[in-house]
Amino acid sequence: MTTVSPSLRVSELAYAYPDGTQALFGVDLTIGRGERVALLGPNGAGKTTLVMHLNGILTAGHGSVEVAGLPVRKDTLGEIRRRVGLVFQDPDDQLFMPTVREDVAFGPANLGVRGPELELRVKEALELVGLPDVIDRPPHHLSFGQRRRVAVATVLAMRPEILVLDEPSSNLDPASRRELAEVLRSLDVTVLMVTHDLPYALELCERSLILSGGVIAADGPTRDILGDPGLLAAHRLELPYGFVVADRPY
Amino acid sequence: MGAGHRHQLYRPGNTVVHRLPPQCKLPAVAAFAVVVVATPREVFWAFGVYALLLAAVASVARVPASFMLRRMVIEVPFVVFAVALPVIGLGERVEVLGLSLSAQGLWAAWNILAKATLGVMASILLAATTEPRMMLLGAQRLRLPSLLVQIAMFMLRYMDVILDEMRRMRVARESRGFAARDVRHLPVLAKSAGALFIRSYERGERVHLAMLSRGYNGSMPIMNDATASARSWATAALLPAAALATAVLSWSVS
Amino acid sequence: MHVPDGFFNAPVSIAAGAFAATGLGVCLRGARRELDDRTAPMAGLVAAFIFAVQMLNFPVAAGTSGHLLGGTLAAVLVGPYTAVLCVAVVLLVQGFFFADGGLTALGVNITLMAIVTTVVGYAVFRLIVRSAPRSRTAVSVAAFAGAAVSVPVAAMGFTALFWVGGTAPIDVSSVAIAMGGVHVLIGLGEGVITALTVSSVLAVRPDLVYGARGLKAPLVLRTAGGQSTEVTPEAAPEPARSAWPLLAGGALVAVLLAGVVSFYASSSPDGLEKVASDKGLNTHQESHPLGGSPLAGYGGKAVGDQRLAVGVAGVAGVGITVVAGGAIFYAVRRRGRVADRARA
Repeated sequence: MTTVSPSLRVSELAYAYPDGTQALFGVDLTIGRGERVALLGPNGAGKTTLVMHLNGILTAGHGSVEVAGLPVRKDTLGEIRRRVGLVFQDPDDQLFMPTVREDVAFGPANLGVRGPELELRVKEALELVGLPDVIDRPPHHLSFGQRRRVAVATVLAMRPEILVLDEPSSNLDPASRRELAEVLRSLDVTVLMVTHDLPYALELCERSLILSGGVIAADGPTRDILGDPGLLAAHRLELPYGFVVADRPY
Repeated sequence: MGAGHRHQLYRPGNTVVHRLPPQCKLPAVAAFAVVVVATPREVFWAFGVYALLLAAVASVARVPASFMLRRMVIEVPFVVFAVALPVIGLGERVEVLGLSLSAQGLWAAWNILAKATLGVMASILLAATTEPRMMLLGAQRLRLPSLLVQIAMFMLRYMDVILDEMRRMRVARESRGFAARDVRHLPVLAKSAGALFIRSYERGERVHLAMLSRGYNGSMPIMNDATASARSWATAALLPAAALATAVLSWSVS
Repeated sequence: MHVPDGFFNAPVSIAAGAFAATGLGVCLRGARRELDDRTAPMAGLVAAFIFAVQMLNFPVAAGTSGHLLGGTLAAVLVGPYTAVLCVAVVLLVQGFFFADGGLTALGVNITLMAIVTTVVGYAVFRLIVRSAPRSRTAVSVAAFAGAAVSVPVAAMGFTALFWVGGTAPIDVSSVAIAMGGVHVLIGLGEGVITALTVSSVLAVRPDLVYGARGLKAPLVLRTAGGQSTEVTPEAAPEPARSAWPLLAGGALVAVLLAGVVSFYASSSPDGLEKVASDKGLNTHQESHPLGGSPLAGYGGKAVGDQRLAVGVAGVAGVGITVVAGGAIFYAVRRRGRVADRARA
């Protein structure tokens, strides 16, 4: 885990909103290249605030964020936003262009990619999420599950170092949920997944972090964390009724 | 102009009219409308020619008359107004079928009806043969202020999302037995409007964040800037040119 | 009020088009100041909101295309420049995509519905807010007054344009009186909805209301000697300088319109009788802002067949609005002064 330049390194990150409410109280975490990590935590734990720091939408009050060795600063924002692919919870917020093609092209085009190279990136990203056929459709004509996957494609087209997903499984029906899981598993990229959906975390992520009260309260194998009822209860996390973490993987 | 009508505005097709680059079609339709408005109302035949021109475009674009007529309902309020003009107009009166009507009013009614109808027909044809996003692309290629084009783009993208939210709020109101019947219910409607604004605004903020996250720096990347061939321009110019010739003829006649 | 083609002659259409284009140019620059690089997505969403709200009161019968204009509402919520852009984009989209409003009449439509309502409404709003104590009530009252005044002023603008370049031979003074009378009532409806909407946003997210940015309580700085000074908390910078041309423009438009209209109204001694003939005009005009809304009832009853009622209601309405507006203005102003003195 302590490779030369991990995908993400956050140290002593503290942040207070302009109105004085402090949300982060010194977050420390490191995510190695190629890891898939779940960030768990109750509502109001500061998950979204932390995510906003990862690509510099919010600026740290104290501490630092580094993406593949590059610190998040005003002058590095452009490169940081290429390296960190943020997938928002509501795909309607993320898909703002008139067609899927333009939407997936938006990110790389902002990086200066043009012409055939741009077209290639768009096709490649849509292949990765298994939706090469929707390229000319308007986003609002897609199903919710398709929109979520296209949202993933929009950031994959930027060839990010790390993919950050905010509640990726919310509002998905079981089939869409499985399809998205297959897509995420197939990707060769570091993933940080913010979620309440503990079974989904177990299914996709070897390692989990619990963010609670603005600090990392637990960090370890997902199986161990989900197998500790006391720990979960202390941070308002609950497994679905009847769900038991098996000793052996599925 | 209801939400439900939205997807019926455009009729997919692969005709010459559909294929014309949008940056040629937009000015052609606008020029046609200007020529129509500038035609003296006394020259009846000129308006007949205009109608025939539009009918020709419609048949080339395979837009059926029934489609046109349905969409022209939008004009009804002004038909009502135009019909009233001969009755309430001033000046010399003429007897028509036992009614005393204002001659000037009759002329005005004819003028408004003819020109408004032709204008509406031209707009309907434009919308029927041009996808909304192509229309935006046309505006962009015509070098209209990019901020304005972008606002329109975001508006069109989120119009359905917001109308949907509004519909859900109405369903929620009605399922709790609320129906807006008189003034006392206004505060409830206004609260819905307020809530809708907050949702729209917050969504705007989230969209902005999503844009920033993908490297937006204040200007939209231009991705498909294609120029139209001289041939396309010439084809598109057929409609306004024919109309202009008619108008010139009508000016010299009147 | 989406004017179709053929309503105005070519010179007026073109002049209005040029005016609208200039106005939009000014607002494109101003909106950048209000929203910086958020302008495109934010204004786009607000435009979609305005579009939706205009449909909130959609028609009941043929001849009614009722809706809120929303210019003042948008101005209070997101600032005047952005508001003009939003309403103008709504009109452009309605014209080009929905064939609602003639393409040659776009200039007239944008001038009246996007620029005049917004500028006048916002000018009135600012005037009241500036002289009133900082409170949510004052903001709501000001929003009501702004919206209520903006609609009849836009109607007078329509009348003035009609006088210059209308294609129908109707007596201008009677148009003015009918339009004024009906639109004073419609304006009241627009005002009520605007005020209630603004106050409901103020209750939940006061930070989103552009026109209430001054509402934050001032911070107090104390020195060792016990002296305290008040500073305004950090807020979105107010385009103080740039708001002046807007206010001046609004005042100018209002004065011009008032002058033109009163001149014509007074030059027609048989004005009330002429209103009788405005029935046709009413069926059309009454139809717009609140046609399908709960408020439609009052307009319908007042203007239905009661020909004289239109004139009487119009005159009374104008009088009441002026008196009430003036009273509110002076009341809040005095309270503001008293509060200032108490604070000092």
